[in-house]
Amino acid sequence: MMRLKLVPADTKVPFVEYRHIAIGFSTLVVIAAIVVVILKGFNFGIDFKGGTVIEVETAEVADLTDLRTRLNKLDIGEVQLQRFGNDRDVLIRVGTSKTDVSADAGERVVKKVKAELGDSVTYRRIESVGPQVSGELIRAATLAVLVSVAAMFAYIWFRFEWQFGLGAVLSIVHDVMATILVFSLFQLEFNLTTIAALLTIVGYSMNDTVVVYDRMRENLRKYKKMDLGELIDLSLNETLSRTIMTSVTTLLALLSLFIFGGEVIRSFTFAMIFGILIGTYSSIYVAAPVLMAIGITREWGSGRLTRAKPNAGK
Amino acid sequence: MLHFERWKIVMIVLLTLAGVLYTAPNFLSKDTLASIPTFLPHKQVNLGLDLRGGSYLLLQVETEGINKDRLQTQVNDIRRALRDEKVLYTGLGVKGEAVSVRITNPVDFAKAKKAIEGLANSVSGSLLSGSVGARDIAVATSGNLITVTNTDAAIQARSQSAIQQSMEIVRRRVDEMGTTEPVIQQQGTDRILVQVPGLDDPQRLIAILGQTAKMNFRLVDTSTTAQQALATHTIPAGSEVLYMTESPETPILIKRRVMVGGDSLTDAQPGFDSRNGEPVVNFHFDSTGGRIFGEVTRNNVGKPFAIVLDDKVISAPVIREAIVGGSGQISGNFTVQQANDLAILLRAGALPAPLKVLEQRTVGASLGADSIRSGVVASIIGSVAVLFFMVATYALFGVFANIALIINVFLIMGVLSLLQATLTLPGIAGIILTVGTAVDANVLIYERIREELKAGKTVIASLEAGYNHALAPIIDANVTHFISAAVLYELGSGPVRGFAVTLAIGVVTSVFTAVTVNRLIVATWVRRARPKTIVL
Repeated sequence: MMRLKLVPADTKVPFVEYRHIAIGFSTLVVIAAIVVVILKGFNFGIDFKGGTVIEVETAEVADLTDLRTRLNKLDIGEVQLQRFGNDRDVLIRVGTSKTDVSADAGERVVKKVKAELGDSVTYRRIESVGPQVSGELIRAATLAVLVSVAAMFAYIWFRFEWQFGLGAVLSIVHDVMATILVFSLFQLEFNLTTIAALLTIVGYSMNDTVVVYDRMRENLRKYKKMDLGELIDLSLNETLSRTIMTSVTTLLALLSLFIFGGEVIRSFTFAMIFGILIGTYSSIYVAAPVLMAIGITREWGSGRLTRAKPNAGK
Repeated sequence: MLHFERWKIVMIVLLTLAGVLYTAPNFLSKDTLASIPTFLPHKQVNLGLDLRGGSYLLLQVETEGINKDRLQTQVNDIRRALRDEKVLYTGLGVKGEAVSVRITNPVDFAKAKKAIEGLANSVSGSLLSGSVGARDIAVATSGNLITVTNTDAAIQARSQSAIQQSMEIVRRRVDEMGTTEPVIQQQGTDRILVQVPGLDDPQRLIAILGQTAKMNFRLVDTSTTAQQALATHTIPAGSEVLYMTESPETPILIKRRVMVGGDSLTDAQPGFDSRNGEPVVNFHFDSTGGRIFGEVTRNNVGKPFAIVLDDKVISAPVIREAIVGGSGQISGNFTVQQANDLAILLRAGALPAPLKVLEQRTVGASLGADSIRSGVVASIIGSVAVLFFMVATYALFGVFANIALIINVFLIMGVLSLLQATLTLPGIAGIILTVGTAVDANVLIYERIREELKAGKTVIASLEAGYNHALAPIIDANVTHFISAAVLYELGSGPVRGFAVTLAIGVVTSVFTAVTVNRLIVATWVRRARPKTIVL
């Protein structure tokens, strides 16, 4: 029977040798992320910016120019129109008004648009978020990302050593920054589901990292005299086949969602696909080299399995 | 590895069957469901608003108004108290968050202070806030100035009771609209979340919830006309100018004194006027309200009275005869819908504070149906791709992993149905993602077995080592997934929360299926086939 082998049985990729290139590249990504976000900011969706989104379906092919003229004369602030999926679906975005900052301004926008368009279109989706709520959502989302990073650090520290925790956190930060960079650079819409995707990426990236770390821990016990670089390479190569396999199955599932899952969650799945790719890279090229840089106390290697039993073994 | 105790096998099989059994109702129509025996599970997955269509509203209870009203009442109370004590004063009024007054004659100061302090009440409902016996106002003095502020305990107790009351009124109004399965919850300290499945057009709901619906019956001041009062800026004391609801909004001079308030209404129903067939609202007072209404109308035959709703005059008919018996009719050129809505508002009662819509999300039924369809298509294609990939890579062991994976999907759906958790579109994405990541555990095990085989161990020893050694990373990896799901659950509402729920359930079920169920399948196979070698 034909067998699919994504990774040859015995790989000996000298990952550690390339670490300088990788670290250089990753540092560049993080710096670029900070610079780009400062310069370009985010294309925040209404969750974070407030405003109104109305998805309508027109009976005929939508005439955007006509719609734009009709909506602009309503005096409801900045109106953006965009085709959504097919040429009959139109997404109407109305920003928060500068003149009307009251909590229920969105409600009035919806009313006006509905009065203008009437029954000539089908309203598929109406979302309106007030400035008050959007401010709170930004805070909650930022907090959520920080809390999850801290929780991961705590867990890895508990399960391994602090060096591993630090390595894991750096790789998560790297993944989050890289995803943010893409969203800011291409001005993709950044909303609550993007945060959901980010948190999922954090979880996935940790998953990968933990598997590699687990193997390193095992090898540290097994090969007490082996050079750390060699040991990291060995561990990465041993787990490489699994790393690739899992990335592929996850990507298969996500690609199917991206292609067939509909317009509503496309940006959500896009963020996750990107995150899985970058997460796979970072668990190999960020999480492991960080350990190389800060060094590990080889307690497991010396027979001291835990700190609670310092004299065990010898 | 090969040995499974009998009770464990029974448990695993039972759990799997339960998963299938609890998933099954989702594939049946409501009619079929009603006909199956009652001891079988009936619960279907709760579809989120983004899949079934419906409206989500986040409302803010504007409690500041309550405190302003309260301060105004306190001004009146202080005026009355000082008058009773025959104390002269100046500058009585609301200053910011307090009421202040200057006492003219220093001799009266102590008396005035005592009278004002006598207005204090203990805070109601303070048992919960732990401030039992707390006073509702604090009185401070400086020179001849007395300042009255409301204590924090009082302000808190008042907004808390306003929110409780608002929740109740909102629930009544939503229920009265005849919607199915509405969800009404308090969010944070002063917000109300309303979810109404199947409601495509929330405008009417918003209009109904957006009205305070303070209704009262008052006499019209006929000493002068509103136009004249406005023109000469001489509005008689005890009266105010209000406007009619119908356009053109003509002004009308109404006495401030309320004859009967809306809280005296016991019922209101839409109906038609027997004479001209116009839509009207028939109402009924309680006994006290009915008696007062009867008295006032008897004394004012021939004069007009006004029906005022939220400071707008619905109508101002002339009293033809005393209205006794406590029943009446409101007409105001209504449409059928308006009469209907007004009756709902009157039946449900007035809101203690206005509500504002902070956030509204509505998904039309067509988009919901599209989302379900694309979600199902994506799930099937994604799952088939993963299943195929596993067989292509691990052959027979891929089939074993796939059986576990299919059981996993049943378990997720079963748990969702059992817990009545809400399935959203991102939730479906969560299930597909779980399918993608669940095989990770099997991949870890299989890769480990491969390594052990390569190291020259026997089949049995390799299998044993594979399952044992892979367990630690599997647990670690799934704990990290679970942490992000938990954080996400706390952060999100609606669709995002649905994603967190399926992700979290998927983490738990996938550890069970990929480790335990898969091991049982492999163990059974090894015992039957007794393979000398295995190819992985």
